[in-house]
Formats: sequence, structure tokens, C-alpha cells
Amino acid sequence: MKYGGSMTSAERVKAALSLKEPDRVPWLLLLTMTGARELGLSIKDYFSSGKNVAEGQLRMRAKYGHDVLYSFFFAALEMEAWGGEVIYCDDGPPNCGAPVIKSPEAIETLSPPRIEDSPSLLKVLDATAKMKEGAGGEVPVLGVVISPFSLPVMQMGFEPYLLLLYERPELFKRLMEVNEEFAAAWGRAQLKAGADAICYFDPVSSPTIIPRELYLKTGFPVAKRTVPAIGGPLAAHFASGRCIPLIDDLVAAGIGAMCAGCEEDLARVKRASEGKIALVGNLNGLEMRSWTPGRAEEEVKKAIRAGGPGGGFLLSDSHGEIPWQVPDDVLSAMSEAVRKQGRYPLEAEG
Amino acid sequence: MTERNIRAERFEAALLSLDRLEAARLLESGGDDRPFTLRIEQDVAPAMESIGRAWEEGRIALSQVYMSGRICEELINRHLPKGGGGGGAGLKIALALLEDRHFLGKRMVGAVLSAAGYPFLDYGAMDSDSLVRRAADDGLDLLLISTLMLPSALKVEKVRKGLDSLGLGVKIAVGGAPFRLAPDLWREVGADAMGRNASEAISIIKSFTGGAGQ
Repeated sequence: MKYGGSMTSAERVKAALSLKEPDRVPWLLLLTMTGARELGLSIKDYFSSGKNVAEGQLRMRAKYGHDVLYSFFFAALEMEAWGGEVIYCDDGPPNCGAPVIKSPEAIETLSPPRIEDSPSLLKVLDATAKMKEGAGGEVPVLGVVISPFSLPVMQMGFEPYLLLLYERPELFKRLMEVNEEFAAAWGRAQLKAGADAICYFDPVSSPTIIPRELYLKTGFPVAKRTVPAIGGPLAAHFASGRCIPLIDDLVAAGIGAMCAGCEEDLARVKRASEGKIALVGNLNGLEMRSWTPGRAEEEVKKAIRAGGPGGGFLLSDSHGEIPWQVPDDVLSAMSEAVRKQGRYPLEAEG
Repeated sequence: MTERNIRAERFEAALLSLDRLEAARLLESGGDDRPFTLRIEQDVAPAMESIGRAWEEGRIALSQVYMSGRICEELINRHLPKGGGGGGAGLKIALALLEDRHFLGKRMVGAVLSAAGYPFLDYGAMDSDSLVRRAADDGLDLLLISTLMLPSALKVEKVRKGLDSLGLGVKIAVGGAPFRLAPDLWREVGADAMGRNASEAISIIKSFTGGAGQ
């Protein structure tokens, strides 16, 4: 189904990633746990099988007509593969339990988990394959890899990781070697299972979290090694963090799209990124929960006016995960607004 | 610019470049006849507030705010017993992470309070029911709550209702990404104040004491 345009979702997304104008602005509605609502399951039961998640994604896509199927379950899932605990709740994404790296010295003997030994990761691959099959090539499947550079926030806790980053360069280097091996294998496995692109989730690299000077010595070389090791189309995501100062670095690392932070002026990000890298963003997912359908339409219109001209733009939220609390009528209103406001050539502002 | 302003600016620059030795030299230098607590009030607290604003405005990164707070905390702890600055104008203050495991924000607020000489009770991570009981038992005046995830932020409302049901006049101040990115959320959950960065904890405390922060 083409949902109000002349292109399939796959063609639309591909055109935007090629920095061109598709028939309309692609709509990346990054729904995750909301699928549980569609299936009438608890969040924990929903994520207990790849079949549920694939079914949830396909049903939501039929309902909202967006342009992507999202095989991302939740961030803490990767930690299960590393031996960590996942804590479920009834109204939000599962959280990770205690850090698996309990002291910096434990990094010396750390080894990456094998994908085939991790039931959690295998569930994601199963969901990916089922989505791919269900979409019949018309809708791209987007997978997620937590970057080797950002994964330690969950592996060891944010504060110990910042101290490692600043004060223990040898152990930091060793941790990156282990994490890079895992991230490359995990990304490749998702592509092999049917993902069309990978979201390289890297919030720590954002200038919101570390200064660019430090990024150039740490997260940037990690990305330059990991991106080609994964080997597919990659989009950088900073979980609402700022990205403008990193645009040229992301291009140099081989990344083809990036998500703007929701506090960034989208028109300014567009000017800075135009002709270099596709732009994704930047609706405020946290505010969506209190939007009315009318406000949702206005926000979509505003974002399309700022990011849409000239193409190379994919509308999305800027956090990478629509909160559980966002009501269905707001999701429907945003989707309808994209179909109404997002057709190229875009209407002039007035 | 006065000599004191120059020293304060240098102190801030030393923090941002993670130069512990220079920060210590500036704060502990001889030839400064101010008592140490006054140096904290006039040099450290303004530097941390300025650093918080710089993060808020996108001029520096969170890691710099964290490391600056940590350096200040180390310096203060060398000279004062923990929470011994006598700030807070007699308010009984506690700091908690609500139903979450992301400690960094709470840690940064704790560092700011310590660096500014405000005594506080560190509750660690708690669920909403335990937090209400503990706040009642301790006879708190002000509860500072840090969150990272939206579901945790929404649970502040449960804490508010719990405290109100006991007839306690405990003020609640909240902070963390959900409140910063959804600017009306703190009112919605019944908080009395919201800090957009860790350093704003100081101005919030002052607002509850009519400015008698120190």
C-alpha cells in the first residue's frame, strides 16, 4: 500500500536518504512498546517473542501508514546478552538492572557475547525476518545497534563510564575493542536477518554529553571503525542530544543520516546538513503525550516546513522511541498531517 | 573587573579544563583573607551556577559539568566535613533518585550541594511509597527528586499525593531530562519547582528560604 503517494515506503525512504525529494516526506514513526497495546498484551509479554513484535509493527503500520518497520525492542535488551537484568514496567520501556561491569578492572577480562548464544538478540532477529517477510519489500525495516561508545553507560553506569573516559585511557581502549567486536557482529546479523538500515544509537557522542574535542579522540574513531564493520546504511541517533557540530564528522565516518535533537532549531540543522547528510527529526516525543490532534498537526507542519524543502528529510521524533503515553489520536493526527502537508512540491509558507 | 572576579573566572576555567591543581591553587591560595566558607560561597557556587547555565545554553557538555562538580566536591571535602557548610538556612533537605537506576543526575546535584556547603540526606534510589515514608519519618522540608525516564518522572505525582495525604508540607523540586524536554511536566505532576540543570538546585533552595541560602 502506498498510503497517499506514488512511491512505496521503501522508494520514499531511499530517495530521502539519497538527499532527493520523494513524492512526500517519509514518516518514521518509531513505535516500540505501543505494539503491546495493539495486541492487548502487557509490555513484558509483548517483548517475549519476535512474533509478537513483528505482528505489532505490521498492525501499527497498517493503522498509521508510516514508512518504516522498527525492529528495535528497547535499549536494555542488549544488556541481557551481556548477562544483565532487564526490569519491566507497565507503562514504559524496560530498564536495565545493575551494571554488568562492576569495576573498571573487570574490563581486562571482558569478552563480547555471541549473538547465537543470546535468546534476547535472537528474538530481535526473528522479529526482523518476520517484518521483512510481512512487508514484502515495500517497507524498509530499521534495526538498532547501541554504539560501542555509548553502550558502557548501561554496562557500567554513566558516572563510572565518564571517569573511565577521562581517567583510564588503557581500560577505555580495551572496552572499545570488545564493544566494537560485538556491535559489528550485532549490526551485521540484523542486516542479514532482513534489516534495510541500522540506527547507530550514540547519545554519548552528542556535544550535549561530551565536548567535540573529546569526541574526536574517542567516539569518532570508534564510529569510523564500526560503521564499515557493520557494512550497511547507517543513521546516527543521539537520543535528543545536539548534533550540529558533528555533521562533518558523521559524514567522514560514513554515516548517511542523522537525527537532530528536539531542542535544536530544525531549519538551522537543515542549513548545516543540506547536501551532506540526510536529516531525521525532530518532533518532541516527550511533549507528544500532552498534545491535542490539532497541536500534533501544527508540529508536523512546522517540522516539514523547516526540514522538508529540497528533500533529504525524514520526519520523526528525536528520541527514537515514542512514549507509551502518547495517545492513538495524536499518532493518527501526525500521520494524517504528514500525508496532507508533506507532499512535494511542498506548499510555500503562508 | 575586580581581582575577585578575575579569580572566579580563572577558577571556572580551571574546572572546565579539568585542571585540579590550578583549581586547588586558586581556592586554597594564601593571601586571601576570606574564610574558606566565604570562598565557597563567592567562588565555587557562582562557578558551578555559571557552568550549569553554559550547559543549558549548549556551550559546554554534560561531562564537563559532572567533572567540574566532582573537582569542587573533592576540594570542599578536604576542608569541610561532609555537608558542613551550614547552608540551606535550616531547611531539612533530601535528594533521591525515583524508581530509576540512572544515578548521574542525582550525583551531579549532590556534588553541587556539597560544593556549595548545603547539608542534605542522600536517599539513593527509592520507589515512591518508600520515599513518602522516609520523607515523613525524617521531617523533610524539601525533597529533591532526580529522574531520567518518563515513567519515573510521572511517578512524582504519586509522591506528591502521598505526602499530601499525610498532611506534610514538604516541597518537591524535580530535575532530569523528562522535565527539561517537556517544560510543563513538573507542574502536571505536582512539583513545586524544576531545575533545568544541577546547579539550579541552589537557586531553588534559596527561593524556598526567601534568599537566605547561606
